[in-house]
Amino acid sequence: MAKIDEYTGIVGQPVLDDLRLISQKLHGKVIQNINSTSVGGGVAEILTRMVPLLKELGVDARWDVIKGGKQFFEVTKKFHNALHGKREDIDKHDYEIFMETSRSNIDELDTYGDIVFVHDPQPIVLINKKRDNKWIWRCHIDISTPNQKVWKFLKDFVVRYDASVFSAPSFSQKLSVRQFHISPSIDPLSDKNKELSQNIVDSVLVKYGVPKDKPIITQISRFDALKDPIGVIRAYRKVKKDVDCRLVLAGGTAEDDPEGAEVLARVRDMASGDKDIHILLLPQNDIEVNALQRASTIIMQKSIKEGFGLTVAEALWKSKPVVASNVGGIPLQIKHEYSGLLCNSIDSAAFALGKLLNDPQYARRLGENGKEHIKNNFLITRHLRDYMLLFLSLYHKEDMVYL
Amino acid sequence: MEKATNDKEPFRFYTRLSLSELTGLQASTLQQLAKITKDMPDSCIYNHTHRFLKQHQRLSPKSPSDFSYWVGSILGEKELGDRLASIKIMEFGSVDSLRRKIVATISQYLREKPLSRLRYSGDSEAFYFIKSISFIFPTNYIAHDLKEFVEALKSVAVDSVYFHIFDARLRLDRNANDFSNWIRNSVADEKLADDISKLDPYTYTLEELRAMIIQLAETRLKE
Repeated sequence: MAKIDEYTGIVGQPVLDDLRLISQKLHGKVIQNINSTSVGGGVAEILTRMVPLLKELGVDARWDVIKGGKQFFEVTKKFHNALHGKREDIDKHDYEIFMETSRSNIDELDTYGDIVFVHDPQPIVLINKKRDNKWIWRCHIDISTPNQKVWKFLKDFVVRYDASVFSAPSFSQKLSVRQFHISPSIDPLSDKNKELSQNIVDSVLVKYGVPKDKPIITQISRFDALKDPIGVIRAYRKVKKDVDCRLVLAGGTAEDDPEGAEVLARVRDMASGDKDIHILLLPQNDIEVNALQRASTIIMQKSIKEGFGLTVAEALWKSKPVVASNVGGIPLQIKHEYSGLLCNSIDSAAFALGKLLNDPQYARRLGENGKEHIKNNFLITRHLRDYMLLFLSLYHKEDMVYL
Repeated sequence: MEKATNDKEPFRFYTRLSLSELTGLQASTLQQLAKITKDMPDSCIYNHTHRFLKQHQRLSPKSPSDFSYWVGSILGEKELGDRLASIKIMEFGSVDSLRRKIVATISQYLREKPLSRLRYSGDSEAFYFIKSISFIFPTNYIAHDLKEFVEALKSVAVDSVYFHIFDARLRLDRNANDFSNWIRNSVADEKLADDISKLDPYTYTLEELRAMIIQLAETRLKE
């Protein structure tokens, strides 16, 4: 894993100097991150990188994971979907399962941090253990149009935290606690984003039987209905009538995502008979994800709802032209027709794909602009800075803080 | 906090890092925009008129404020967007006077073009009011003379340039930027101080601004 000094070549020494300045102000504070899974999904991915880097900067950051059985994660998946605005049948029994597991975690998990940093709804009830330490609830989900019943249930816990954090301004809610906006980030030195040789890229294509004979359109995402893989296939079929191309749908499933297998089966069924559609299961193989993105002509992220859409930042960092839905945190990463193309339907996605396939120079320009935007605003060094400022903000109420 | 610059003293570079705090308030119409803007704290107005500078460090700023971008591009009121974009922030001595100008510009337009009241953005494209919480740190860069000043200016983070130029003048009520103040008082170079003061920082990107100041100072060193 990369050391903090290795980022100098990418962001410059002054940025690292700033990080060290801030970290000194957190000396003596223990920051305890808590989430629901150590592998799979964006939260675990970010914490895997952030915690060691914070430690290297001198911040005592730690990471604990709650426990939960299959039933608990089925309920939290329903919560997740409902917060995204999807219709879900959630009954009294579901809430009981959620509370029962939460009570077990309250009994078993030591919340020792000076700052307890709780990620997403699964561990939210731990706030019942709050003493004189500081607590932050970090919401990684797009809750701009939540199911009100689920949100009301969770809100009763959220308002007892010292602060909350959302990935986009449109996700904020009317709350009595402070709300901060912090976008997630990508790590340019991780296996998923570092430079790769052409040999490695080619070998991954060979491994998965994806020929380089025509343009490759790729969506890399968990097999999840909210990522709309079916919509991706439909858009691909529309554009394929005019420009011959291949489609790669690649992703894995996370431990806390029991719906994944069902969506995958539907996708396979719809793609059957088309040898230019490649459905690849890549459980936690970041180099292969990286290689597939680099091998692609266009990257898609046609999500119906999106917490942030880290795959967009990953693709832009590799200077790839991106077609993505105008949802969640995606418009923060893409300025339409400047650093990518935003779409609102299958038709507009197909139109955007056609535009990029027919005009490679335009596609290249969008990719280059996108990389610059990601460099300035969505790399892990900016994320480290924001988190450390967030921790400091818990001890200061004013708008101008002199340190 | 000690003063960032003291007469006859070395120049200590400070840096300013910011965190976005959501207010939970949003506007979907021009009337709402004017009404809420009137009551927002300075840190919110400052954020929406300066955010683009930090986000696009190497791109020429085309939409100098979130107000003009939202009105012109989201609501489609191009003329008002242009009027808001034409407000010269350099001419205002405080955030509050800038706020009053923005509100007056919107209100005047609503009177002139009553149909603009019907413009409405969807929730996903509403104007979200966000405060900028500033954290100000002393850096390790200190200059005892103009030569050291130039060397330090080449090395400091762009946030430091931002703090000494923008925050010092408008948010901390120091009237001029910190660089000009120090050069005038400690280096005793009135001309260079004036040349830097005359730059309109809102017409450059931060990196362009840094390069301009370095160029001006290096020219003086060679004379």
